[in-house]
Amino acid sequence: MNFKNRDIISIYDFSKEDILYILKTAKKMEKRSNPSLLKNNIMATLFFEPSTRTRLSFIAAMEQLGGKVTGFANSKITSIKKGETLWDTAKMVEQYVDLIVIRHHLEGSARLAAEASSKPVINGGDGSNQHPTQTLLDLYTIQKSKDTLNNLHVGILGDLKYGRTVHSLAIALSHFNPIFYFISPDALKMPRNYIAELREKGIRIYETPNLLSVSKKLDILYVTRIQQERFPDPLEYEKYKGVYRLDSSLTKYVKRDLKIMHPLPRIDEIDKSLDNTPHALYFEQAANGIPVRKALISLVLGKIR
Amino acid sequence: MSKSKSINKELSVAAIKEGTVIDHIPADASFKVAAILKLRKDLNMVSIATNLNSKSLGKKGIVKVSNKNLTEEEVNKIAVVAPNATVNIIKDYKVKEKIKVNLQKVIENVIKCSNPVCITNHESISTIFYVAKQNPLQVKCHYCERVMGKEDIKLIG
Repeated sequence: MNFKNRDIISIYDFSKEDILYILKTAKKMEKRSNPSLLKNNIMATLFFEPSTRTRLSFIAAMEQLGGKVTGFANSKITSIKKGETLWDTAKMVEQYVDLIVIRHHLEGSARLAAEASSKPVINGGDGSNQHPTQTLLDLYTIQKSKDTLNNLHVGILGDLKYGRTVHSLAIALSHFNPIFYFISPDALKMPRNYIAELREKGIRIYETPNLLSVSKKLDILYVTRIQQERFPDPLEYEKYKGVYRLDSSLTKYVKRDLKIMHPLPRIDEIDKSLDNTPHALYFEQAANGIPVRKALISLVLGKIR
Repeated sequence: MSKSKSINKELSVAAIKEGTVIDHIPADASFKVAAILKLRKDLNMVSIATNLNSKSLGKKGIVKVSNKNLTEEEVNKIAVVAPNATVNIIKDYKVKEKIKVNLQKVIENVIKCSNPVCITNHESISTIFYVAKQNPLQVKCHYCERVMGKEDIKLIG
């Protein structure tokens, strides 16, 4: 399979075979990777929006493979402040580097940057739309802990309306015949177009505001933060923040091998008392960002096949 | 009644000698059709009629442009608002050709994305939409990937 020069923009662009191939490559990368594989390659990180994990793990992945990194994490100190368009920014940056990673609050920005640039572009999150590398590392984490992606009972909890990671994750998992439990307050339910799309694929879906009504069935519980920055109305946010708070008392109501995931950062939706239980998978999940991003960078640069 | 006679009767409001007549437009879509075809800036004689009586539609709209033969590409753009319209190319007061509009799978630069944080509403680029469903119409933005139903579809311009 040849990924050279491919952009990583949306999980919709990837077939089941593509996904499995990337996960297989990530596994190889985790076992052993050549520290000078990306020698003489430069990656730009254009981060117009705040990020900790995504940006740092991209940088770490690149540097661990011998590559160099340039870029910014604050667009206020760049010519964007002078009114430079994203198209021009991408056109200019592609002259300097071999690969661009972009995070931007406007949806579709990564797709536009990819059209402007002849060098591969990886989407590090475009508003509420897509965050494909997060989805791939989520799948990698599930596969690693469960030895399979197939036929799992997957609960997704929290802000299912605005959360881009949950939309992409649900679509990506739909290749693997999951049974979904969407757990959220009514006002933050999974958008109807995603529900329709999943149902069309024959996926079984249960929706409930009550975690304990389904918790015993779950193999994976994917928890998300209620994202203040996505709420158009701050009063609405006040209503829903803190609506789910999971702590160690949950362990009485779940399967022994349930794994709890979270894309992080967490606010108060997962209490520290869960961190040392065998259910907590979220820090390992964050660590998996490295092999998955190493695989993606190396694949699109054509350094491995 | 012969075909030419019926057309003469239908076009009696302002029959045109040469040009294009777009018929069977939903009554509320005549001005949208004119907007998609950018007729506001057209220097030819343009007639826009709405709320005409129609046997098949109840009420309908008609748009006529003198001295201009619309291309198939232009015609297909109006399918978004007038999926059942018929386009008559007129020569010497007679219908020379009838074209049925055809909704394309990819619609370029006709629809404005209704998502305020879509990049297309912030940079000057052409919009691209894919038809996700024909009936009822649903389109998906190439950039922000939002799916919009007919009620959310707004036109550029």
